[in-house]
Amino acid sequence: MKDQNNYAIELENITKTFGSVVANKNININVKQGEILALLGENGSGKTTLMNMLSGIYKPDSGVIKVNSKPVTIHSPEDSKKYGIGMVHQHFKLVEVFSAADNIWMGTEKTGFILKKDRYKKIAKISEKFGFEFNPQKLVSNMSVSEKQTLEILRVLYYGAKVIILDEPTAVLTVQEIRKLFDVLRKMKEDGHSIIIITHKLNEVMEISDRVTILRKGEYIDTVNTSETSEQELTDLMVGRKVNLNINRPATEFDKPLLEIRNLTVKNDEQANAIENVNFYIRGGEILGVAGIAGCGQKELCEAIAGLRKIENGQIIHKGENIVGLEPKTIIEKGISMSFIPEDRLGMGLAPSLSITDNMILKTYKENKKSPFVDRNKAKKKAEGIIKRLGIATPSADTPVRRLSGGNVQKVLVGREIDSGPNVIVTAYPVRGLDINSSYAIYDILNDQKKKGVGILFVGEDLDVMLALCDKIMVLCHGKLMGVVHAHKATKEELGLMMTGAKDISEVNGKVAGIAKDSAIQDIKEDCDAKH
Amino acid sequence: MSALAVVTTFLFTVLKYNMALLYGTVGEIVTEKSGSLNLGVEGTMAIGGIGGLLIGCAFDSIFVGIIAAFACAALCGLLFAFLTVTLQANQNVTGLTITTFGLGLYFFIGNGLKASGKWPDMLSLEGFKSGTEPIKIPLLSKIPVIGPAFFSHNILIYLGIIIAVVIWWYFKYTKPGLRIRAIGENPASADAVGVNITLYKYLHLMLGSGIMGIGGLLMAINLSGSFEGSKCWINGYGWISIALVIFANWNTVAAILGTFVFGLFNTLQVYGGSLSDAFPKALGWLSKIPPQFMQALPFVITAIVLVITSITNKKNNKPAAVGLNYYREER
Repeated sequence: MKDQNNYAIELENITKTFGSVVANKNININVKQGEILALLGENGSGKTTLMNMLSGIYKPDSGVIKVNSKPVTIHSPEDSKKYGIGMVHQHFKLVEVFSAADNIWMGTEKTGFILKKDRYKKIAKISEKFGFEFNPQKLVSNMSVSEKQTLEILRVLYYGAKVIILDEPTAVLTVQEIRKLFDVLRKMKEDGHSIIIITHKLNEVMEISDRVTILRKGEYIDTVNTSETSEQELTDLMVGRKVNLNINRPATEFDKPLLEIRNLTVKNDEQANAIENVNFYIRGGEILGVAGIAGCGQKELCEAIAGLRKIENGQIIHKGENIVGLEPKTIIEKGISMSFIPEDRLGMGLAPSLSITDNMILKTYKENKKSPFVDRNKAKKKAEGIIKRLGIATPSADTPVRRLSGGNVQKVLVGREIDSGPNVIVTAYPVRGLDINSSYAIYDILNDQKKKGVGILFVGEDLDVMLALCDKIMVLCHGKLMGVVHAHKATKEELGLMMTGAKDISEVNGKVAGIAKDSAIQDIKEDCDAKH
Repeated sequence: MSALAVVTTFLFTVLKYNMALLYGTVGEIVTEKSGSLNLGVEGTMAIGGIGGLLIGCAFDSIFVGIIAAFACAALCGLLFAFLTVTLQANQNVTGLTITTFGLGLYFFIGNGLKASGKWPDMLSLEGFKSGTEPIKIPLLSKIPVIGPAFFSHNILIYLGIIIAVVIWWYFKYTKPGLRIRAIGENPASADAVGVNITLYKYLHLMLGSGIMGIGGLLMAINLSGSFEGSKCWINGYGWISIALVIFANWNTVAAILGTFVFGLFNTLQVYGGSLSDAFPKALGWLSKIPPQFMQALPFVITAIVLVITSITNKKNNKPAAVGLNYYREER
């Protein structure tokens, strides 16, 4: 019984501020030996900041950290490693051009001055011991996301970590890979390791954790036993009030195909095929989801539609007219809008240092063709309208975009795109990194547009969301179309299998997926008819 | 001169007068591998050259000179490290500052000593001068043409090759080499596994600058240590070294080849005439090229090399984090 109360890590009254922003305020957390603790909270609730203090990236302003009941000071990742704490960061901290073994070796102590070949053997042996299948000589740049994560975990184990922190480990994995990861975590727990897992996916919290600690806006809210709680209770604790977890999928009348993509092939920056011979179509009043593991051609697909990327082969038919080869500006004028939220959120679409008003002007400055000057008043009115309509939290329309929080930045981008009155919206990861409230605000915006008869291509990450929000979902695997399914009939497992390429229903009984019955592309249709 | 003697002298000159480029290039590769772009090569070499020559002459020893050149230039590296690592200053601006500062200090010291008549005469100092004499490698130096061209040089020429090979080995086969490469590629990853980034960066920035400094000393010795008030010994070689880093694809052994190829063209401006006389049929056209073009050739080639490498070298070895300062708590 005594072991049960042995805490591996205790955090007492931890406070951390960045300038005037309080990221963590008087937080108390403890982790027992051999347990999995989930750290739950919305974006900006201070989960990662808190864990970065354990891993030595940040130093707490005040408070005590105890390891095995002894107070310690952690000044650097080196200290953290010494106390047996290992962190698997959300953005992997790996050197791409090194082999797996070298990524581990560079942090080892007492392994001598000269690199010897037997390091590969040593690491292969350790990985076998922990039950990983692993080639130590493989370059990180050739690894899949899941392999990279395995390497990160193996690395902290190799350094002898007893406490392992995982920051959003499931965000980039498929359903099958998540299952494998959870098996690994359970095994580590049995071996007596303590695990802290940061996530905002409630179903995963329920599945894997023993206890859950909830943070909200940098403050400690509560710690509950997983077996005695429910998803609804956790959400309420996390958000601070009752939240309806259902995403609406309003029924609409589907129109004719608005946008049809036929045999599309696009190359990526490395000149490999990013999108290969893909067919699909979007009708007015429907949301078509695009599912796929990160980097499977989603970005290239969006850029091709918006006219930002050269198209190698294929057609993009908008209202019966081929738009391949047109200028991006012309495509915008035809009513096709694209908003892509990259991982860093600010990189695409908005100029971070400019005000909301100026970011509006970026898209509309050409409207007034007669005058060489920009119409700032009109843009400001527009900006204020969007701020009001979407409930963007900002001091004024003149605030630089980079000062806003992530959710508000995304609302500005989506708001601007919708304001131009498009008939096709291409949106990639619009809720990337957003908390529950902001995400639902974005879903509502998209649903409103859908009801107006706009066709929406929704490139997403979270399968649960896509299954609830989209009408149909197309799955990409390494740039190839694996099939198009109706969201209300599909399951997560099925999508997961398609994302990894294990299931391919792009051609069933001679019927090619992604070609509309009432296609505007007559000649191709005749071609298809001729075949059967 | 016989045709063979012309070729021998030509090749000898290629090595002797261009080896300083190898020091500059290897030094800059060490710097860039640790994730920093130091544009101060020209100034660092000038400081290393003048410091090494003056201190070496004062002690009348080439060995003291080499160590002093390394140390003086390493101080420039220390300054660069302090500004960019500790104070997080912009690397491009800092590098340019070091070039301006280095050249300024070079002329300040040189002109001051010359005016007061205290500039040392390297050729009259027996100890120092004997140290710059060619060392003939046994057996190898007896091979016709190749022997006198490649194996009868002064100690600094051999040292340059040795340093280039040792640095290559250091990066490839040692753990500190692995760690510094990790810092150059992704400092956050090295930091996360507990590598002391500040220490590693300081040491390697100083090492890189120190190596450049020895190159400066070699250029001083090639000009018999004579100081001209208007023209620096380094004469743009520091800039060419930065371009050679790209040509060598961040590989110090490839830098030896790069230096030699570059040196061949560079030496043509001096020996083009002799070569065209020696081989009127094959190389007669060399004498028809105006000397101004020959003088511009090194820089024209630098430009061409940069164009070619940037077109063909899509997948190069450039360390991914070059030019970016690392601050752990950045968010």
